[in-house]
Amino acid sequence: MNDFFDAIDFIFSERESPAGGSQVGGLGELWELMWPHLQLSGVSMAIACAVAIPLGLWLGHVGKGGFIAINASNVGRAVPTLALIAFFVVFIGVGFWNLTLALVLLAIPPILTNAYTGVRQVDRDTVDSARGMGMTGAQVVRRVELPLSLPLIFGGIRISAVNVIATATIAPLAGVTTLGDPIINVNTYGDEGRLAAALVVALLAVVTEVVLGAVQRAVTPRGLRLEGGSRWRRLAMALPNNRREATT
Amino acid sequence: MNPLLAQVEIRERTSDTCVADNGFCPDWIAHHIDRYVDPFFQHVVLTVVAVAIGFLIAFSLALVAYRRRWLINPITQVTGVLYTIPSIAAFFLLLPLTGRGFVTATIALVAYVLLIIFRNVLTGLDNVPEETKDAGRGMGLTDRQLLWRVEVPLALPEIMAGLRIAVTTTVGLATLAFFAGAGGLGEQIFADINFKSNVVVAGGLAVALAGMLDAVILLTQRAITPWTRAAAAR
Repeated sequence: MNDFFDAIDFIFSERESPAGGSQVGGLGELWELMWPHLQLSGVSMAIACAVAIPLGLWLGHVGKGGFIAINASNVGRAVPTLALIAFFVVFIGVGFWNLTLALVLLAIPPILTNAYTGVRQVDRDTVDSARGMGMTGAQVVRRVELPLSLPLIFGGIRISAVNVIATATIAPLAGVTTLGDPIINVNTYGDEGRLAAALVVALLAVVTEVVLGAVQRAVTPRGLRLEGGSRWRRLAMALPNNRREATT
Repeated sequence: MNPLLAQVEIRERTSDTCVADNGFCPDWIAHHIDRYVDPFFQHVVLTVVAVAIGFLIAFSLALVAYRRRWLINPITQVTGVLYTIPSIAAFFLLLPLTGRGFVTATIALVAYVLLIIFRNVLTGLDNVPEETKDAGRGMGLTDRQLLWRVEVPLALPEIMAGLRIAVTTTVGLATLAFFAGAGGLGEQIFADINFKSNVVVAGGLAVALAGMLDAVILLTQRAITPWTRAAAAR
């Protein structure tokens, strides 16, 4: 257990690097590592959402490309993240934007699959009645299919966000300093620094998961919510068991 | 000295320009393919052992929770948190407790697949039609017989789907297992991450392994659930 106390101490107080020369540790330094970690993950997620959500909605709306939309996730899962990053390092290059591109590719499949599945599982009768009311195709997407598939879309965003945050940990291999730096460069930060970084990364992933779960709950149309929305029930919805996602 | 940082140069820089330029060199690959054999089998063992243990635990938990419904929430909460913790962080969180090596890597990988398998087994059991179960009961099956002769066989497609997700995911995560000192193909990728030939072979082997294990489970599923094809053909 002492190792864990040392690691927690590392988070809160500076000390001299085991390699000598510089000071490591403390909240200030961890924030300096976490900020690029969040930037990298945030920018990648924003781009992935901007690409995958409209594409998934459109494919689901016209009912085409289901094979691609559904198998994107299966193929994405089969490519190890370390292999993906390594491919980018040798064939495309290192640096923030190259790595962002790699993370975007990693984040797109779950969002795409869930957006497509989300639209396809909207009751066809609901879509028909929307058309009967004189809605155009774009209106059907915006006012009917999008709101009703939001829970599943957010399920996809949750999976991708946690995955991207986990993968951003090996970003130092591609020349971007993130919370993974103490893990990869253990000589500079020491064993307690490495354990501290692992703790912070784990915490960051769990917090992201819970916060996005709460958002997912908030965007679920009232008609789709489960009955009996007590406070504990809502809290439970934020936890991972209630993520709505395709079980393909 | 941490063995992780002993970045071993795994090739001799010869006058061969392709290798010296870190390029993609079929000749080099043909001559050095044997160095990927051991890591490949380490990777296979890691994946198979982790998924097998994970399956035993998650399947048992699902059977228990299937009868005692109140257990579903606590089990999914706990396995959900284990699923969310990035495995690279999990390896290092376990190091002070279990030390470097195969055991640590396996624990982290097992923790990751529990939720996937638990959820699919439970969904599979829940989807067994009520009439089928009634018919079984009408034939005089006890609860235990009903479970093993009717419910589990009918849940097999979902169970196997869960196994496929678990296996492909674990192959990917096992590329990071070298951080816990358990070797695998990831160690080869990391050892010379700037050399195209190395990255292509080690990364390609990992993707191929995921595809192979996925196919093995799919074929097994087809072999043990012949009735699903009979129903589809009708």
